[in-house]
Amino acid sequence: MRIEVDAVAGTLESSDALVRVSPAEELRIEVTSTVEAQFGAEIRRTVAEQLDRLGVTEGLISVQDKGALDFVIRARVQGAVLRGAQARPDWRKL
Amino acid sequence: MKAKKSPAERPSRSMLFVPGSNAAWLSTVQVYGADYVMFDLEDSVSVREKDTARLLVHEALKSPVWAGVPVVVRVNAINTPFFRDDLEAVVSAGVAIVRLPMVTDAQMIRHLDAELGVLEGKYGSVPGTTRILAAVESASGVVNAVAIATASPRMMGIALAAYDYAMDMHTTHDAAADESQLFFARCAILHAARVAKIHCYDVIYADVNDTEGFLREVAVIKKLGFDGKSLVNPRQIEPLHNAFAPTPEEVERAHRVVAAAAEAEKVGMGVVALDGKMIDAPIIAAAHRTIRLAQVSGVQVAGGVR
Amino acid sequence: MSGWQGRVPTDAVELAGLVPFAGPAPSTQADKDARRARKVVGSLTEAISRSGLGDGDTISFHHHFREGDLLILQVLAEVEALGIRGLTLASSSLNACHGDVVGYIERGVVSRIYTSGMRGTLAARISRGGLLPHPVQVHSHGGRAALMASGELRPKVAFLGVSACDEFGNANGTSGASRCGSLGYALVDAMFAETVVLVTEQVVAFPNTPAVIRQNRVDLIVVVERVGDPSRINVGATRTTTNPRDLLIARRATDVVEHGGFFVDGFSIQTGSGGAATAVTDYLGERMERRGVKAGWALGGITGSMVALHERGLVGRLLDVQSFDLVAASSLERNPGHTIVSASEYASPAAKAACVDELDVVILSALEIDLDYNVNVLTGSDGLMMGASGGHCDTAAGAKLVVVVAPLIRTRIPTIVERVTTLITPGSNVDVLVTDYGVCVNPRRPAVAERLAAAGIKVTTIEALFARALEICGRPRAVETTDEIVGVVRYRDGSVIDVVRAVAS
Repeated sequence: MRIEVDAVAGTLESSDALVRVSPAEELRIEVTSTVEAQFGAEIRRTVAEQLDRLGVTEGLISVQDKGALDFVIRARVQGAVLRGAQARPDWRKL
Repeated sequence: MKAKKSPAERPSRSMLFVPGSNAAWLSTVQVYGADYVMFDLEDSVSVREKDTARLLVHEALKSPVWAGVPVVVRVNAINTPFFRDDLEAVVSAGVAIVRLPMVTDAQMIRHLDAELGVLEGKYGSVPGTTRILAAVESASGVVNAVAIATASPRMMGIALAAYDYAMDMHTTHDAAADESQLFFARCAILHAARVAKIHCYDVIYADVNDTEGFLREVAVIKKLGFDGKSLVNPRQIEPLHNAFAPTPEEVERAHRVVAAAAEAEKVGMGVVALDGKMIDAPIIAAAHRTIRLAQVSGVQVAGGVR
Repeated sequence: MSGWQGRVPTDAVELAGLVPFAGPAPSTQADKDARRARKVVGSLTEAISRSGLGDGDTISFHHHFREGDLLILQVLAEVEALGIRGLTLASSSLNACHGDVVGYIERGVVSRIYTSGMRGTLAARISRGGLLPHPVQVHSHGGRAALMASGELRPKVAFLGVSACDEFGNANGTSGASRCGSLGYALVDAMFAETVVLVTEQVVAFPNTPAVIRQNRVDLIVVVERVGDPSRINVGATRTTTNPRDLLIARRATDVVEHGGFFVDGFSIQTGSGGAATAVTDYLGERMERRGVKAGWALGGITGSMVALHERGLVGRLLDVQSFDLVAASSLERNPGHTIVSASEYASPAAKAACVDELDVVILSALEIDLDYNVNVLTGSDGLMMGASGGHCDTAAGAKLVVVVAPLIRTRIPTIVERVTTLITPGSNVDVLVTDYGVCVNPRRPAVAERLAAAGIKVTTIEALFARALEICGRPRAVETTDEIVGVVRYRDGSVIDVVRAVAS
């Protein structure tokens, strides 16, 4: 999947995450989190894994996490990427 | 048609609405002990966020957070552009129950039944396991309630939604006012549920701070015979469960009825008697229901919680 | 014969060693200004000079004004202007409003701190290390009094902020504009400090009774414009939470109190403040009425909710070491059954008698609790200090039934851990944990577990709750610290129970 346009998904509410994507030549992931010390590594892993499953190899992905659980981070990354790629989800592969 | 289980198997007093776009609620409301939690993709989600809410709900259903908890998802109405995508999102995640709003006739249910069958096949779910809860919100729906409730073996419940129904009836829905304008609709839903042997749910009570008004409404529907009610805030769960809980006296009597029935069976007597009165099958069935309700309500006969 | 009016045979052997009367001194009533000036001085600077405060000494304060305290920073400013350095700052606790203390540490005015806890920027800076030359000594409320009694903590000057006092120094927390109610912590300073300076917003007519801080403990009085910001001390009555999670936890905690085995006529309880606590107080009132059980007394930490129970006749006496809101503060004036206890009487293991030793039930909070039921109320899971030892280990040591209430998860952070980041209260003193996901009982208390089960309360294990938390959140990484010790946690008897290490950046 290729990110064609800038897109956003999620919110900055507690327990949510705001994910922004924009087109770029290479893949760059930026994560800031209110639970950085405890879960920073795990969040980066989740984001990278989700991008991999979506087949995203280029793009700037920035995640502002407010202590969201794993499933929320996944859903927000999916949301931003699908909007950015102007694509529909393949429910089997998410 | 598959043989249906009676709705008595699990308590169904409370159905808590959670907007499918609210990440925080989707992460935390499992603790409140609602009998069912309902993730909403319909009215509480703006059109702009239908896509992201679908993803949140899909991921929530697959998450260990919700493993083992009975979740209902309210999809968008059958004639909206969102309906099919909603179904794909939730069936692929193995949702237990789909709530269809704005049901006007049995044909809608049959249509949904067929769609679910196709999707269950596509995503490898056991065919027939996705159940349906029909929400009736119009004059047609009320008048067709029995047909709707019996339209499919997937049907597990029928609910009334007051706001759209009242508008359709050219009246208003105001919780604080006299509720006679909902009386016929409530009775229709109730009868349909009993004929079809499924659950029935009453309307939401929107004013979360008005505990008295809420309890008044609960008392009314309990007396009518409703199984439960849709809720909009976790604070409404405990008062609802308490109101539906049988009293210790009722529980004690229920135990005695069940004991008398067991005794009669043991000695081979066809007729069960208690306190000089005949106890027939419906009374015994009701006693079993009371005991089950008592168990989930935490009511004990002597001392104990509540 | 000699002496005044020649009446005393000074060379009589029976009078050996005694001094003859030298004649009447001028009446103190003659010069009102002189009388007033015995204690009342013109400025904080003058008070500090008169006290003889010098480098390396200890200054002490109370924290009854909580986030509204304006005194500590005022005093430090004057102390610095006088060129005094290397002080030990001993406030009964420190709050987020004390962030500017960082500057005084950096400039060497303050080099040691004794406190029950700290929050905000001050706590974060200290927690990151490289600031204070000596680690903070963290003590409990009872432990502070014990440290003073042992002589380890001996304030040269106590600066006690009061809303009003008379010219002799009689003060209470119920007159004037900045009412804080009880002065339980301040009483300890008044008892042990070498010099007691009352910093007051106004001097009122003598006698300012009831006198909580009494005239014979006061050396100097200074009038300043404000000692505390009333809007941040007491904002009306502590409102009962409407947060459904806190209500759920509170209801479960009340079930535990009702069925834990100590819910009998005349029982005693401490519920504290914050979150679920006021809801527990309210729910308890309902249960007490339903079951016809009355409490003999309540301790704390008194809130308006507890006052309401007292006024409904459900709680006989209120023993108040700190008033959490305006309702509690004004109740002290109105209700004879509501009285003040000093922190020493409240909880000191060195006192001749401490109230915690008579306490039946206490409800406590937790930032972390581990699989041995050890509790941390000082540091967050990110290693930063953000709370206080307070009365936690004191009440846990004394009470017969200790109930810890906490949400299982706080925004992805599990409350249950394998090993607490900082140990404040040992698990052997903790009996029951109540969370929104369930209740569990310390295996050391099988009788309590049996009673709860018999009452139909579902009880699980702390291991099961821990597993559920990990399942939902994932496993948090342990905080990384350096070798630098930034805090020494003193148990209530003064022994060292744990240390806080600096958080690695």
